[in-house]
Amino acid sequence: MKKYAPVFLLPLTLAFTVFFVIPFLGGLILSFTEFTTVDNAHFIGFDNYIKAFSGDSGFLNALWFTVKFTVVSVVTVNVLAFLLALLLTKPLKGVNLFRTVFFLPNLIGGIVLGYIWNVIINGVLSYFGVDITFSANYGFWGLVLLMNWQMIGYMMIIYIAGLQSVDRGLVEAAYIDGANARSALWHVTIPSLMPSVTICTFLTLTNSFKLFDQNLALTGGAPGKQTSMLALDIYDTFYGRIGWQGVGQAKAVVFFVIVALIALVQLYFTRSREVEV
Amino acid sequence: MRKLSILLVLALICAALSGCGQGGTSSATATVRFLNFKPEIASVYEEIARAYEEETGVKVVVETAAANTYESTLTAKMATSEAPTIFQVNGPLGYANWKDFCKDLSQSQITDIITDDNLLLKTQEGVFGIPYVVEGYGIIYNDEIMRKFFALPDKKTDVASVEEITSFDKLKEVVEEMSQKKKELGIEGVFASTSLKPGEDWRWQTHLMNLPVHYEFKKNDIDLSTDETSNFKFEFNRNYKNIFDLYLNNSVTDKKMLGAKITGDSMAEFALGRCAMVQNGNWGYSQIKEVGGNKVREEDVKMMPVYIGIEDETEGLCIGTENYLCINKRADENTQKAAEDFLYWLFSSETGKRYVNEGLGFITPFNTFAVDEVPDDPLAREVVRWMNREGVDTIPWDFTIFPSQVFKNNLGSNLLQYAQGTKNWDTVVDETVRDWKSESNK
Repeated sequence: MKKYAPVFLLPLTLAFTVFFVIPFLGGLILSFTEFTTVDNAHFIGFDNYIKAFSGDSGFLNALWFTVKFTVVSVVTVNVLAFLLALLLTKPLKGVNLFRTVFFLPNLIGGIVLGYIWNVIINGVLSYFGVDITFSANYGFWGLVLLMNWQMIGYMMIIYIAGLQSVDRGLVEAAYIDGANARSALWHVTIPSLMPSVTICTFLTLTNSFKLFDQNLALTGGAPGKQTSMLALDIYDTFYGRIGWQGVGQAKAVVFFVIVALIALVQLYFTRSREVEV
Repeated sequence: MRKLSILLVLALICAALSGCGQGGTSSATATVRFLNFKPEIASVYEEIARAYEEETGVKVVVETAAANTYESTLTAKMATSEAPTIFQVNGPLGYANWKDFCKDLSQSQITDIITDDNLLLKTQEGVFGIPYVVEGYGIIYNDEIMRKFFALPDKKTDVASVEEITSFDKLKEVVEEMSQKKKELGIEGVFASTSLKPGEDWRWQTHLMNLPVHYEFKKNDIDLSTDETSNFKFEFNRNYKNIFDLYLNNSVTDKKMLGAKITGDSMAEFALGRCAMVQNGNWGYSQIKEVGGNKVREEDVKMMPVYIGIEDETEGLCIGTENYLCINKRADENTQKAAEDFLYWLFSSETGKRYVNEGLGFITPFNTFAVDEVPDDPLAREVVRWMNREGVDTIPWDFTIFPSQVFKNNLGSNLLQYAQGTKNWDTVVDETVRDWKSESNK
């Protein structure tokens, strides 16, 4: 059957090349040029990269903010989603209804969510005579809240699927050997759940790092640029600053490298903790 | 079997290649592509395009960028085979970005019908942009509420009518007394919300900022076309602070709550009669008119200059343009010519002029329009009235030479933090001066 391989692979390879590899290489080349549109680029070497890392480009601030946000939201989303999954695999009344309800926010687009939460958060903060633009902290926790609300349901579904496939016999054997509920969870259930953990941390990590719509709609970077994350900073550089398109492109390349590295490292570490049953 | 699979591969490659190959052939007849900046009048442009095609047989394709996405849409479209032939830039800064694309129009017919050559977007090398709409801004007021105030029996101020408000001090006196009597006037505040949400702060970081910048450069005799402008000290920052404070302290909305307010909110407050004044331009009339439950009568919508206490007695409205049409010099000769013809037709033929007045609602800078050929809306009439008024000088739109969008955005967020009380005024001034310098030297 091997001789059919080219036939089946070709369409996808072609599509992948045309829509991914070529634009990606184009983007890489553009990051070394000064350009207005893609066809009038002039080569300028590493200038864009130097500018991207200079003090007033905002990139390093955005990077630091993004890292903080990612760490906090990966932990909160996964812990909360796991707890919810545990709860909703217990024989409770209306389990299916709750699963659906928690999953629903994930079906709403990021921009819409951002605006909705902007109104909600401003509405609450107005009792204290402030709004979300007052301090970067409000924006930060607002984003964390929004991210949690949106992602928990999705991660919960993955954890539920994982929990349901954990071998009942193993858990029962642990109880017979004298384990209590906590150590059964810690030493039996969670290790068998590592594939779900891998997937969930991967998804939350990359999604938090790449967050754009929610950031744009919820804070727009305010106050100042203090709550701009990487993707928003790249967008603002590319479209908001005349003559800085190349710098935006350079930032995007750096962004790609960072996301790829983080994802690979994370996959390697969580994979190594997966156990074969 | 092997042969069959190779055959299939070849067939697919052929299909792919021939699919790509078709894009290259262009039709001989010129098709003008116009990338429109103003979504609210897109349908009028489409009507114009149909009328033009009927009259001349030349096809004009109107494409419209959604609000706030013009630069990104233009960037994307320029790189395609269907690049716009007519596009617009917002002044010297926009031109700097698109200079590789702007055709020199100094030989074009359309530059002959411009009323004032100073309005053109030009450099040493030629004329690259044609202004097509003149707009003006100031403080829009609701005359009905003003009349009510001046008729109050217990009114303390000596000012007896809006016409007598001719300086910042008088404005402040009137506004502050109106604030005290807002219950009797049936308003929640004199000024509409000072919208300071990021992206909605242009009325302050661009329009209001125009005044201190203009007066500083005027006082120091700075040539605006040179890089002498990079030396900006914000000398009149106190005047700016005074008027800005007046807006903040006599507003419908508490000044700590402005970070979520958008321009649309302010215009709605004005339209619903919840406030008496709002700083904005003649383009804002459509927004006032569209608000449901609108309480302001057309004849009561008036405009006065933004007095900031510098040359109040001779100050007029801020009138200018930041909309310049350019022709893409990368289009083929025929299409360029067709685009020029289309623009000339639009602003000089009877049919074209009627669409401009009645549909587009532009006050144009072309001498083909007679004095009475102005759009029929109260704010446009106010702009024309102030433009022709004896003894006042129109303030030009010097904000087109503000160093960059980043400068404006930073100023906007500083103004918000000042309103919220988290940044003091001196820091705002220092950072504004610093940003001006660093953004000018890019």
